[in-house]
Amino acid sequence: MSTVNTDIDSKRRMISRETPWIRRILIGLVLTYVSLLILLPILSLVVNAFQDGLDAIVSALSQPDVIKAFRLTLLISLVVVAVHAIFGTLTAWVLVRDRFPGRIFLNGLIDLPFAISPVVVGYMLLLLFGRNGLFAPILEPLGIKVAFAVPGMVLATLFVTLPFMIRELIPVLENLGTHQEQAASTMGANGWQIFWRVTFPALRWGIIYGIMLTLARALGEFGAILVIGGGIQGRTETATLYIYRALDERQYIGAYSASLLLGLFSFLLVIGTDLIRRRERK
Amino acid sequence: MIPNKLPWGRWAVRGAALTYLIFLLIIPLLVIFRDGLREGLAGLWHQITLPIAWHALLLTLWTAAVMTLINTVMGAITAYVLVRYDFPAKALINSVVDVPLAIPTLVTGVMLVILFGPQQVLGAWLKEVFGISIIFAPPGIVLALLFITFPFVVRVVQPVLQNMDRTQEDAAVTLGAGAWTIFRRITLPPLILPLTSGALLSFARAIGEFGSVVIVAGNIPFYSQTAAVYLLGEVESENRLGASAVSIVMIAIAFGLMMLVDWLQRRDRRVYK
Repeated sequence: MSTVNTDIDSKRRMISRETPWIRRILIGLVLTYVSLLILLPILSLVVNAFQDGLDAIVSALSQPDVIKAFRLTLLISLVVVAVHAIFGTLTAWVLVRDRFPGRIFLNGLIDLPFAISPVVVGYMLLLLFGRNGLFAPILEPLGIKVAFAVPGMVLATLFVTLPFMIRELIPVLENLGTHQEQAASTMGANGWQIFWRVTFPALRWGIIYGIMLTLARALGEFGAILVIGGGIQGRTETATLYIYRALDERQYIGAYSASLLLGLFSFLLVIGTDLIRRRERK
Repeated sequence: MIPNKLPWGRWAVRGAALTYLIFLLIIPLLVIFRDGLREGLAGLWHQITLPIAWHALLLTLWTAAVMTLINTVMGAITAYVLVRYDFPAKALINSVVDVPLAIPTLVTGVMLVILFGPQQVLGAWLKEVFGISIIFAPPGIVLALLFITFPFVVRVVQPVLQNMDRTQEDAAVTLGAGAWTIFRRITLPPLILPLTSGALLSFARAIGEFGSVVIVAGNIPFYSQTAAVYLLGEVESENRLGASAVSIVMIAIAFGLMMLVDWLQRRDRRVYK
């Protein structure tokens, strides 16, 4: 099959009116653009983080406040992933299978967090949970603190990462159809059995991709948690907020090392998802 | 269809999903509108036409527009080259396209400052030879936005090019059409819709960008302060009316564009089914 394709390709090239120099110019243009825009900045971060050697990076990253910040980032991200794994799956299922007025509108709304500024997200939560917020009269007597505390930061990250899980699962559910579920139903399986034995196994990879993308995005969230969390050192300071403070205080090695580590985390997640996906397709 | 056996199960699932969306998405959005419209549309208009807010909004719009133009052209070319040509490092470039999705935008800002900052080698050289400042100036904003949105156009156009039936192009060649005619009359038309939605997606994403811009732009009012950074200032100085007004404008732009993209994509799917 592939030899036949190559054959067609080479014939195409022979008869094509596309002159070889167009081809060379376009390839050169893309290589230059990608190198300058993406590879060079990454390389310069790596070089600058290592300017004082690996020891400097290790000692910068093992400062107690840095460890604390990374721990908080991880905690928030894990809670967010757990919530989206459950409710995102349910929501995707409802949007594909259920029929109710406003479904198409809701479907369009799902993508909105992708385009809404993180600062707006943080501010919305302040209006709800801040000092004079809408929910303050209910939450204050109960002693629950959301703004300038971890729960608010979890909410902000939940908002920002909302589309990933759902968008990953909707096409899977659409392609799955309902035949297998109907077959299981006629054979007497109940709702739970159908979900665990038929629907869930088909969704498994979609859920895993969704989790990885949600995690990658949650690890890097900055604007929304800056506004709702306040970036209080030792209490609401995540990895990104630490980087922001370190830049401000001119602790460059700390900022660069933390950037490198955080970037590496997310990078591995996205590239890992890509690789698994490519293998699956084969 | 399925949980007909358990009607309560269906309602429970629907209820859970709707509660999740209402609490997470709809209530926060509504509260900002309620807050921003407290003094009516005139009050909102007054807040966004304050010279400093107006300048921030215009800067946000024009930098996003410049980025969208460059990104659409370069994204289309990148997708074309990745689908049609074989060359060394093709697999590498294909993977690199997704990298901006992975890197936190704050880290993007840090990387660009390291590379183009006024005290860095490249930044100093550009300043000296061409007199261009990139960091702490509008070009830095455009550059950061280009980095962040790079995957959007490429990844929308790539599958369309891949699934394109090339026999039409072959037929055009045998009929004697030139390369440019073939591109313009056969290759380009099916790409218009995906290119449009990729461009709108990039633009919408860029309007709200904060993490990279706050690092790169220097945030000088009337020069390099974007709407998101201006909003942060208003929130921190507790000017609720101003903050809500700018937020509403940003939400409205995001909402309009995302609805348009959603509509285009549904239309696109109908055309090709």
